[in-house]
Amino acid sequence: MFGYYLDLALRSLKRNKVLTALMVLAIAVGIGASMTTLTVMHLLSGDPLPTRSGTLFFPQVDPNPYPDGPSLPYDMMDYRSAMDLWSAHRADRQALIAHGQLKLIAPQVNLPPLMAQVLSTTSEFFPMFEVPFRYGHGWSAQDDASRARVAVISSDLNNKLFNGADSVGRTLRLKNSDVRIVGVLGAWRPSPQFYDVAGGRFDDGQTGDFYGRPEDVFLPLNSSSDINPVGFNFFTCWSMPQSDATLQTSPCVWMTLWVELDSAAKVRSYRQFVADYAAQQKSVGRFARADNTQLRSLMGWLDFNHVVPSDVRLQMWVAFAFLLICLFNTVGLLLAKFLRRSGEIGVRRALGASRAAIMAQCLFEAGLIGLLGGIGGLLLTLLGLWLVRRQPVAYADLVHLDAAMFLATFALAVATSLLAGLLPAIRASRMAPGLQLKMT
Amino acid sequence: MDILPILSTLRRHKITAWLLILEIALTCAIVCNAVFLISQRLERMDLPSGVAEHELVQIQLANIGNRPDDTARAEADLATLRQIPGVQQVAMTNQLPFSSGGSWNSGVKLDPQQQQDTLTVAQYMGQNLLPTLGTQLLAGRDFRPDEFVNYADAVAALQGGDLKGLPQTLVITKALADRLWPGQSALGKQLYMGKGIPFRVIGVVAHLARPNMLEKGVDYNTVWPIRLSLTEGASYVIRCAPQDREQVLKAALAKLKELDPRRVVLQKRTWDEARHEFFQNDRAMAGILVGVCVALLIVTALGIVGLASFWVAQRRRTIGVRRALGATRNNILHYFQTENFLLATIGIALGMVLAYGINLFLMSHYELPRLPGIYFPVGAVLLWLIGQIAVFGPALRAAAVPPVVATRSV
Repeated sequence: MFGYYLDLALRSLKRNKVLTALMVLAIAVGIGASMTTLTVMHLLSGDPLPTRSGTLFFPQVDPNPYPDGPSLPYDMMDYRSAMDLWSAHRADRQALIAHGQLKLIAPQVNLPPLMAQVLSTTSEFFPMFEVPFRYGHGWSAQDDASRARVAVISSDLNNKLFNGADSVGRTLRLKNSDVRIVGVLGAWRPSPQFYDVAGGRFDDGQTGDFYGRPEDVFLPLNSSSDINPVGFNFFTCWSMPQSDATLQTSPCVWMTLWVELDSAAKVRSYRQFVADYAAQQKSVGRFARADNTQLRSLMGWLDFNHVVPSDVRLQMWVAFAFLLICLFNTVGLLLAKFLRRSGEIGVRRALGASRAAIMAQCLFEAGLIGLLGGIGGLLLTLLGLWLVRRQPVAYADLVHLDAAMFLATFALAVATSLLAGLLPAIRASRMAPGLQLKMT
Repeated sequence: MDILPILSTLRRHKITAWLLILEIALTCAIVCNAVFLISQRLERMDLPSGVAEHELVQIQLANIGNRPDDTARAEADLATLRQIPGVQQVAMTNQLPFSSGGSWNSGVKLDPQQQQDTLTVAQYMGQNLLPTLGTQLLAGRDFRPDEFVNYADAVAALQGGDLKGLPQTLVITKALADRLWPGQSALGKQLYMGKGIPFRVIGVVAHLARPNMLEKGVDYNTVWPIRLSLTEGASYVIRCAPQDREQVLKAALAKLKELDPRRVVLQKRTWDEARHEFFQNDRAMAGILVGVCVALLIVTALGIVGLASFWVAQRRRTIGVRRALGATRNNILHYFQTENFLLATIGIALGMVLAYGINLFLMSHYELPRLPGIYFPVGAVLLWLIGQIAVFGPALRAAAVPPVVATRSV
């Protein structure tokens, strides 16, 4: 039966090449556009840490001493709150994070000094986020405490400075201090770069920069504040900082804390811990509001920040509307094609083919068109993704077609064409055999 | 042209006719909204900046950390830059219009007792800023040299509650003046910041756009008589003739390196490059939407060609009979053209409703304004045209059917 339907379908497709080509082209263009945008959406809205994301949480408190501050807690924390929560060690693992830039020189490497993006953090950052190492390893809790001058560098920086060679043990000069490299990261490109996400709700949908590359240098937080006490980026301040204030004592928020909590019970108790901390801080007069705390999960935090750029969403809607029009187009053309063959169908019915058989044959033909359209769509998707990669966006180098999306292309193409073929096939199968024979 | 026979034929091909109508309706709705989105992006890319766009060059050096001599160093740098041939003006600034990254903003109040800020404005600071940017002064005057306060001193004064140590005056944009004091002159008026600290307006400039966060009002901005140094992350801005920009930029970098070879350059670009980069997302999106519109119209046109050809083939015999009974070729041609016009009209009417619905959805999700009425007639004419062009080929083929077909059995 399969061979027979295939033969009939091929004959039918060959009979009117222009009409066939039009249908295949319509499906291919619709699929190409939809799959390009869907692939980008899939890459940007995915889970950056699938094995772990369920156990990672982002606590927030509101350190504002004035009760008329913003209604939601700030996206980052002040030094004291972050340190208090961190040093309580109430989570399975935890990492403090602050950002900054430092002037970097690699001795014995003939390159001009550069401003390196520095991530200052604590030792559990690496195991907690499952960061892969090419050479060496992260630093220890002991290094955190002893303010050791050690650093982990990204593979990009390692390639740039040392041509990808094992640089563990070598020295970098950051501002005026020497640090020893203890680890070089492997290929690590979380999408988005979740641990840096903050302030997304103020970005008006322009959140493409959350998909950037990891920082160049990772330093123990204490060492980093020894090297340059003012070298951190702050998120915002609730009042004007003293001109001689260090960030540690300033009324500014500039640090984040990530915690790993392995069970629902631990999440509940940590939530309570953060609330208790805020209440206690209110009682000593440091916080104005004790009830303004949050403990968001990693994915919840990404959603809250609307990490997927609004343009990417809009493009996806436009592409699917486009596919819908291609679908209508294909329905019309298939209807034309099947009804034109009413004579042939009438003969088959008169010779004993059931309605179901006619319908199956028509759908088979529609599916074949879908498959051809899928091949065209795949080529157009590859072209579309190539175009996306050439765009000046931070996620350009992330864009590729993975196996799931490859299969989805064909599934979507065949599903679209079967959907388009359904109505024409029903109409074709309802033709009365006698009438068609008489007319012919 | 007799419409009734067309309607009775269409009634016998309900499904095909509705398919065509729906396709036209969807295309109409999506193209109207896509073109509207494109126009929004183009409008955004075309916003006035208020600065001498093709004459500015920006150099930003890395913050060297708090040093007692940083203001003196900045003045020395400025003096050196001023001597480069071709340089017309040199300024220091904390930010420039239309550049991504951070920005300096503050809430302003009309009344010192007010709880909520009236507006959030961007704060431009820096010595010699207005003449360098080429911002057009509409009323009042620019700052006098004695009005300038060092940034660090202003911060210290604010901490100490010493209002005398703060700048007393500011220059605002016309848009801000009109928003705060509609119909009145803003000169001499006070506005308040923070805990009711007053500042007096001494000048109004035509335009000066925000660095970013454009949704807060592109042109609601202020300029302050505050002297900056590299510690605050300030940039040098140089104004020169458009054709000299590249060469001035090169010379300026060489001079700055000469003064201190260990400095790290964070940013070196013409302002045009900055603007181009700032709007690159909008440009890309507009390009994609144009592509989608063209593709949609082509697909719809091909769909009309396909269905019309099918109809013509199906009705060969009827056409032959009509021709045999005396219909001219033109009659047949007009018949198919009118039929298409009817279908397109119904489709366009439906499409308008749908376009309005999509616009309502976009308004709630993307903060878009309402679709202007002009899009409806323009969209209708466009789709009518496309329908007529697409049906012309098949209609010509129909008109070419000879009357003798009527006598054949098939």
